[in-house]
Amino acid sequence: MKVVAKRPESLKDNKFHYCPGCTHGIIHRLVAECLDELSLRESAIGICPVGCAVLAYDYFNCDMLEAAHGRAPAIATGIKRLLPDRTVFTYQGDGDLASIGMGEIIHASLRGEKITVIFVNNAIYGMTGGQMAPTTLLGQVTTTSPYGRKKEWEGYPAKMAELLAQSEGSAYICRTSVHNPANILKTKKAIMKALKIQQAGLGFTMVEILSTCPTNWGLGPLEALEWLEYNMIPYYPLGELKVKEVE
Amino acid sequence: METQILFAGFGGQGVLSMGQFLTYAAMEAGKNVSWVPSYGAEMRGGTANCLVTIADEEISSPITENPVTAVIMNGPSLDKFESKVMPNGILVLNSSMVDRKPHRQDLQVLELPVNQIAEEINNPRGANMILLGAYLQKTGVVEIEKVLEYFEKIFKGKKPSIIENNKEAFMTGVEYARQKW
Amino acid sequence: MEKILMKGNEALAEGAIIAGCKAFFGYPITPSSEIAEYMARKFPKIDGVFVQAESELAAINMVYGGAATGHRVMTASSGPGISLKQEGISFIAEAELPCLIVNVSRGGPGLGGIQPAQSDYFQATRGGGHGDYRLIVLAPSGVQEMMDFAIEGFDLADRYRTPVMIMAEGTLGQMMEPIIVREPVIQFYDKPWATNGCQGREPNIVNTLHLSADYLEERNHHLQKKYDAIASREKRAESYLTEDADLVVVAFGLMARIAKKAVMEARKSGIKVGLIRPITLWPFPDAEISKAAQTTKRFLSVEISMGQMIEDIRLAVAGRVPVDFFGRIGITPNPEEVFRAIMQVAEREGI
Repeated sequence: MKVVAKRPESLKDNKFHYCPGCTHGIIHRLVAECLDELSLRESAIGICPVGCAVLAYDYFNCDMLEAAHGRAPAIATGIKRLLPDRTVFTYQGDGDLASIGMGEIIHASLRGEKITVIFVNNAIYGMTGGQMAPTTLLGQVTTTSPYGRKKEWEGYPAKMAELLAQSEGSAYICRTSVHNPANILKTKKAIMKALKIQQAGLGFTMVEILSTCPTNWGLGPLEALEWLEYNMIPYYPLGELKVKEVE
Repeated sequence: METQILFAGFGGQGVLSMGQFLTYAAMEAGKNVSWVPSYGAEMRGGTANCLVTIADEEISSPITENPVTAVIMNGPSLDKFESKVMPNGILVLNSSMVDRKPHRQDLQVLELPVNQIAEEINNPRGANMILLGAYLQKTGVVEIEKVLEYFEKIFKGKKPSIIENNKEAFMTGVEYARQKW
Repeated sequence: MEKILMKGNEALAEGAIIAGCKAFFGYPITPSSEIAEYMARKFPKIDGVFVQAESELAAINMVYGGAATGHRVMTASSGPGISLKQEGISFIAEAELPCLIVNVSRGGPGLGGIQPAQSDYFQATRGGGHGDYRLIVLAPSGVQEMMDFAIEGFDLADRYRTPVMIMAEGTLGQMMEPIIVREPVIQFYDKPWATNGCQGREPNIVNTLHLSADYLEERNHHLQKKYDAIASREKRAESYLTEDADLVVVAFGLMARIAKKAVMEARKSGIKVGLIRPITLWPFPDAEISKAAQTTKRFLSVEISMGQMIEDIRLAVAGRVPVDFFGRIGITPNPEEVFRAIMQVAEREGI
């Protein structure tokens, strides 16, 4: 019998706790597949955020740390500087990375830390129950922007990929989405590229991945995928924003 | 035997390094020593001071309210520290920068116009070493011959010309004290 | 052995290097910055890591990551910076990551001043951040001990898998004294828990999240057991002339040396006074205090604060004899002032 699909070795045999229709599971699997295909599982060290992916250490089958809210890039810096031959990645949500951890992410990039950041942007706080994120779109209703996000009150959504692409320390910055199979494959390619650029020691790498939160958006799984496509992508355009090619 | 010497002036007069030099020299001479600077202010061009303790025994407190000796490089420092010197203590004054006489009668006052002398020997940055040389010649806290031996070690890594300039200034102070104090 | 004249901050940094410290992560603040500057000069030459972090929060989290690799790592700061680090210190304590945290302390609250103080005593000895945890807190009293305690601090940190803090008044960081550079045998510990890549073993997890209430309690009991073990083995203090003392002065750090001189002077005036110097602020050497409480008439806590350690002295004395206080903030009391405070108590109480 031929095996056509199996669980990547870089994922543990645990059931995800994520809500039905949430795309975190897909992104976990993509990261794990990339670690497998590049034979990095045994040299990889991952750092989880505070947020929905706080339990990611139960899923990734490599050495893992759990960080304080927003501090994953600083922890990654401490690890990578002492163990430069290991592959270090953080897995962060929008509240973690773009709000409370804004300082850490920008400076990790400016220093050109040779790490890979998987940034899951679903435009809302998931774990705490649907509050406004720094990436919440204008007009989007959340429990802390109940009348819809207004630029006069809450300001503008953060475009992290664009922001970090400005940094000289960034070697690879790409925004992708996982709302359909074609984009899922593109996301995997981007993660592969980011890890390879980290291995080549070219600098800071980040893949921002547009993701869904059906539960807190108040939508069904399929509706959520459509909402992402028609609302998020126009504000958060997909594609590579910065690439230092591996020689 | 324990003696505590306060060095005070404004930032840039070499007050801290004068105290450090004495601390090194006394350590080389086998004494117990400590050097406590005022910190923070010296970086902003304010007043600077440091307290040097030299003792035969182990030093308990490197801090005192009443130093035996105060080496005063400018007027504001005299105003600030004159009352603090231990009764019958020693006041060493840079009379080039201090324009009044001390009020206290119990102190042994040793004056020399350091900046003027430094100009005369064309060594304006050596003012602090002139004062230190005079002070050590007068008090014998560390023997002059020994200090001269330690110069190279204390100024390790510095250019020979800088060491020579400092030595010359130091000896100028020693000579001044021999003749006038 | 040859004596070298060194600043306290530099002696501490050199001690850390002797102890095998491989990385320093910090943010500049007076009066601790010379530690960072020393490491910035030295580490590039000896294959160590120096990172000037963007913030105190980042610095302590770099320590978290660095310590998790199994290497010896440290940070240093002063009051306001140590406050900012508290989040990370709480995580480090629960993750049981050994590391050295140095507080070259100044006076608060708020931005306070840059002059030496001991008013971070509560923060250091009560944990400082959220949750039930302790730090081992060592209080050096001279430049030699700045070096020696850095070496010892790393050993204690590894032995108990716990963060260790050195708390030194600003003066200790800035002053110079001759020291002897010892070359002790450094014991390195196996760290099978380190997250350094899972080649040939199951993955390790460094984590402080325990959503199960039962497991959270179990973790707290585990930590408490460790703190009990530390408390039973590591309390340290120095006693001076306490056997016949009617009045016992208690002071730590450089303040203890200043107080010692005052005690010596008071003895010359015929006052039976002694001194206890806590060396570990946590665990607090309560047995030493308790023993003195059996024979002395009074205690006098001398601190560069408005009175913090006095609470621990009172706990150890357990109401048997009165405990007086003398302290200043922003200014280090000199021996003459402490002498006057001793004489005042002695006269008032007929000692």
